[in-house]
Parts: sequence; structure tokens; C-alpha cells
Amino acid sequence: MAVTTPHPVSLPSGTESPARPGPRRGAPARRRHRRWSQAQRAWRLHWQLYLLVIVPMAYFVIFKYIPMSFAVIAFKDYNVVQGPWGSDWVGLRNFQLLFSNPVFGSLLKNTFILAFYLVLASFPIPIMLALALNEIRKGWFKRTVQMVTYAPYFISTVVVVSMTILVLSPRAGIINQGLGLVGIGPVNFLGEPGWFRHIYVWSDVWQTAGYSAVIYMAALAGIDPALHESAKIDGASRLQRIRHVDLPGIMPTAVIILILGVGNMMAIGFEKAYLLQNDLNLAQSEIIATYVYKTGLINADFSMATAVGLFNSVVNLCLLLAVNFAAKRITGNGLWR
Amino acid sequence: MSLLTTSMATRLRRKPPAATKIREPFRDRVFLVVVTIMLAVVLALVLLPLVYIVASSFSSASAVSAGRVSFWPVEFSLHAYRVALTNPQVLQGYYNSLIYAVAGTLISVTLTVAIAYPLSRKTFFGRNVLMTLLIFTMLFSGGLIPTYMVVQDLGMLNTRWALLIPNAIGVFQVIIARTFFANSIPDELYEAAMLDGASELRVLRSVVLPLSKPLLAVLALMYAIYQWNTYFDALVYLKDPDLYPLQIVLRNMLILNQTRPGATDMAQQMEQLQLANVLKYALIVVSSLPVLIIYPFIARHFTKGVMVGAVKG
Repeated sequence: MAVTTPHPVSLPSGTESPARPGPRRGAPARRRHRRWSQAQRAWRLHWQLYLLVIVPMAYFVIFKYIPMSFAVIAFKDYNVVQGPWGSDWVGLRNFQLLFSNPVFGSLLKNTFILAFYLVLASFPIPIMLALALNEIRKGWFKRTVQMVTYAPYFISTVVVVSMTILVLSPRAGIINQGLGLVGIGPVNFLGEPGWFRHIYVWSDVWQTAGYSAVIYMAALAGIDPALHESAKIDGASRLQRIRHVDLPGIMPTAVIILILGVGNMMAIGFEKAYLLQNDLNLAQSEIIATYVYKTGLINADFSMATAVGLFNSVVNLCLLLAVNFAAKRITGNGLWR
Repeated sequence: MSLLTTSMATRLRRKPPAATKIREPFRDRVFLVVVTIMLAVVLALVLLPLVYIVASSFSSASAVSAGRVSFWPVEFSLHAYRVALTNPQVLQGYYNSLIYAVAGTLISVTLTVAIAYPLSRKTFFGRNVLMTLLIFTMLFSGGLIPTYMVVQDLGMLNTRWALLIPNAIGVFQVIIARTFFANSIPDELYEAAMLDGASELRVLRSVVLPLSKPLLAVLALMYAIYQWNTYFDALVYLKDPDLYPLQIVLRNMLILNQTRPGATDMAQQMEQLQLANVLKYALIVVSSLPVLIIYPFIARHFTKGVMVGAVKG
């Protein structure tokens, strides 16, 4: 595949850049001329850098943008011989098939509930952890808690899932050992669909809470100590200071994390859901991502899988934009200005 | 001089002047006790599953299968480790994962710097357009199948390249690197180097990169850990078991229970089954150990990297 990146210098230069404040009296032609000479100057100065970005930009074109264009097969009846461009158009047939498929309802429901549950649990817990860590004195205990809660982030998904399975094993797992002591019969956690979401979400919290707390710890460290001092003089208790000093202080960070969390909601981990899945819990564990994988790569129905994936991406993008909009309205913080 | 000040600082910290030691009000002391207890519970919740796994891995196969192991090894045995470390699949997986981690990290860091450094220069015409193009890939993607088709068209299916190239650059890492270059390399340095007649690439090599060692470390760590821990690409793109990274081997043995019993009679089969079970615990320890051993030393850098990335770019 030839490198077809448009040369950065010849990038469309007619558009106005909002980032560049300047005299606006010039005619469009003059503005174009000014940007053109700017580009020429940049090329003379940085031509080596322009050569440098060719390979990485080719990467983005080949592995990100060309696949986006290949997504047209969602509207086609793809066959390998004719390729993505030559295959016959079928309009929205794949989507009609998808929406009328009885599986679709449960897919959508499973994905949404799991995603909401995940955001709901994994958003507040790191904040609480960071606030708690921020209260206690520096010392071995604080360091230990931080180190230990951070560590699971570095364990791979495969291992976390295997650990979950072993810990919850109905025969020898430690949880069922404990339940046995209080006289509750062995529970086959992974075999019952009702447990799947709890297992997914809480193993995720177990793995990432410490890591996510680090970001809030930094935000807390950035709060002006004078605020705490004056609150103390005014007789505020620790709890009141958390409520009125710490929480407002980390609000901008929290909003961004929440936006990103919701924005990634539908991109919810294939990796983990697929590993935790088995024939018994499929009723709740089949989500869009795992369905795409099975339809596309196991049943080789490329067009249908792409249609499902495209639907997912679009919903995801809409969610992100909606949350970003809402957050900007409510708190004044957003991902971009 | 600096030694003196640090020793003074530690002395000050150890012996705070009496004036700062105001007794906290009763309710605050109660609150602190509650917080400490809560943190202790959290600590236990995170730690105990790990302890259980490690304890089981050092126990005998029969004790593990009977569910007699809790947080301390029962009938101490290293048998599981001996089997795990001599299993050809595991060794091959280890070897492959090392290759992927080293090669992938080299490729990824190089490409990330190559795009992030130009984007960090204020006079680099077109940087906003390029950055927007990059960010957009974070928001929207063609999806699994179209990407698979591209990898297929490039002839990368079932080769090592499939794990090294299609996910070589992380946009998040580009943002981290760009922010680092923009904030920690002063413009005066560029001017000075230019006056000395250095070319752009020379500036990058001799001025910028030597000043960016912490960044390079963070990027390398992030990519290396990604390569070590991921299994999805291998699941999608690889068919040849000789190319499988460790995580796929682990998945087959731990989750799909595909260990090969070669036993004939019942008693032996029973023993094999029990061994396969305790083997899982040992495998978990063996595969996570490299990362968990270096983790305490890198945690600080990692944190810093996350911080830089958290700054709005």
C-alpha cells in the first residue's frame, strides 16, 4: 500500500483557524495567501520534521482511516472476491436484519446495563479511596495501601479472570469455603447468569480502583493548603472540609474522567466479557463486542459484524458528545472548549 | 550544601515544633479512626485474593482440589512450579511475549516520538489539523472487521507483525509525549541549537531526547506492559500456536482447561486433573511475576505519565 498521506504543507489552507486571533480585515484571498506563506516558512524551517511524521501518519491512515472507509461493507453484501468496494450494495438490509433479530434486544440490554453498572461503580469508588488516603498521615500504612491497591492494574485481563474463576470456584474456591462455614451451599457464581454483571463490575473495580485513585490524589495535592487552613480556623471538621474544599477541588478532574468513562461505555471490554463468558451465563454475558467477534470472525459474516460494530461506534460517539455537552452546561468543564 | 539542607529538612520533619501540634477535635479523631479502618478493609479486600492464589500455588495438588487451602500453603510443595516452568507451551509463550514486548516497545516508542515531537513545536504548520485527525480516531473507529480486513490485505495475518504494527501508536501516549515536549523543553534551547546550525533531526537527537529520558521511560513502560498483558490481537490475528504470546497460552490452559492429559488409567487421570488445577495457581504467579516485581520501581514514573496525560492537551 503506497503512502498516500497528503503532504502536510498542502493541507487545506482555506479554512479559518479559530485558534489564531488576528486582524480580520483582510479579504479571504489575502488570508489564504498569508497562510500559504506561513506554510512555506514552516516547510523551510521544519522540512525534516514533516518527513518524520510521514510514517506515523501513514500508520493512522492505514490502520485507522482506511478501516473507517471499509466500514461501507455494513451497507453491502460483502464477498471476498469483489472486495469492499466491488461488492453489491444492499442499503440498510443488514441493519434491518439486525434490528429484527430477536437477539438484538438482549444484546443491547446486556451491553447497556453492564456499561451503566460499571460506570456507576467504578466512578465514585476511586474518589472515595483518594479522599480517604488524603486524610491519613504519611507513613508506612498509607504507602502500603497505595502500593497494594495500585498493583492489580498491572495484572493482565486473562490472569484477573482466571483468578476470579478460581476464587469463585464452587468446589475449592475460597469464597465458597467461607460460605460453607456459615452453612450456605456452594454457589456456582459463573454458571448463573444473574451473577455475571456483579462479577464483571466488581473484579474491574478490584483491578482499577487504586490506579484511578492516583489521578484524584494528584488533584487533591494541587488544592491550595490555604483553603484548608482557613476552613480549619472557621471550625470546619474534617468531613466538612472534604465536602466543601476537597470535593469542589477535584470536580473538574472528576467531570473529565466521567465523560471519558461514559464515552468509552459502549466500547466496553471485549477482552474480559469474552473470557468470563460460558454457555451457562450467556443470557447476560453476550454483549455487542462479543457478538461482533463471533459473527464476524467465527461465522465469517463480515457485513453483519461490521454493521453491528458501526452501530456500536455511532451510539458510543453520540453518548460521548451528549455527556460532554451536558457536563459543559452543568459544570462548565468539558473535553474541549 | 544540598546535603545539609535535606538533613535539616528531615530533622525538622521528625521533630515538629510544639506549636503545630494542635490536638484535633474529638469528632475528627473519630473520623480518622473510621477512615483508617475502612482503608484497612480495602487493603484486605485487594490483598487477600492475591494471597490465596500464592498460597495455593505452593500447596499440594490434593489439598488445593479438596479446597483445604485458604491463606497459607497446605502440604507445602513446589511441584506445580516445576511443572509450569518445564511446560513447552508456557516456555514458548514466555519467549514469544518477550519478543513482542521488546520489539513492540521499540517500534511504538519510536513512532510515538516521531509524531509527538513535531506536533509539540509551535511553528509546525498544520499541527492542529494533524492533532484533530489523531483525536478523532479515539472517538470513532471502523471496528473490528474492517481493521481485520486491512491486516489481511497487508499479509500480516498469522505473522508476528500482526501484534506489533496494527496497534503500534496509542493516541493517549502521543498526547502524553506531546505535552511533555511542549512543557519541558524551553523554546530558547531550540533557538540556541538553531544558531549553532543544528538541523531539526540533530536537535531532536542531541538536545530533546537526552532531556526526555523520563518520558521515554514512561512510554516504554506503558507499551511494554500493554504488549505483555494483551491477548485480543493474538486471538484475532494468530492461528499458529508457535506464535502465541503467553496470555493466549494462559487463556487456553487456565480458562479453557486445555492441558493435555496423557494418562491411561483412572488413578493417574485423577492425579493429572488435580495437577492441572494446582498448575493454574502457579501459572498465574509465574506469568504476573515479572510485571509485579518491577512494578514498585516504576509505579512513580507511571503515575507521573498518567498525570501528564491528564493535563488537557
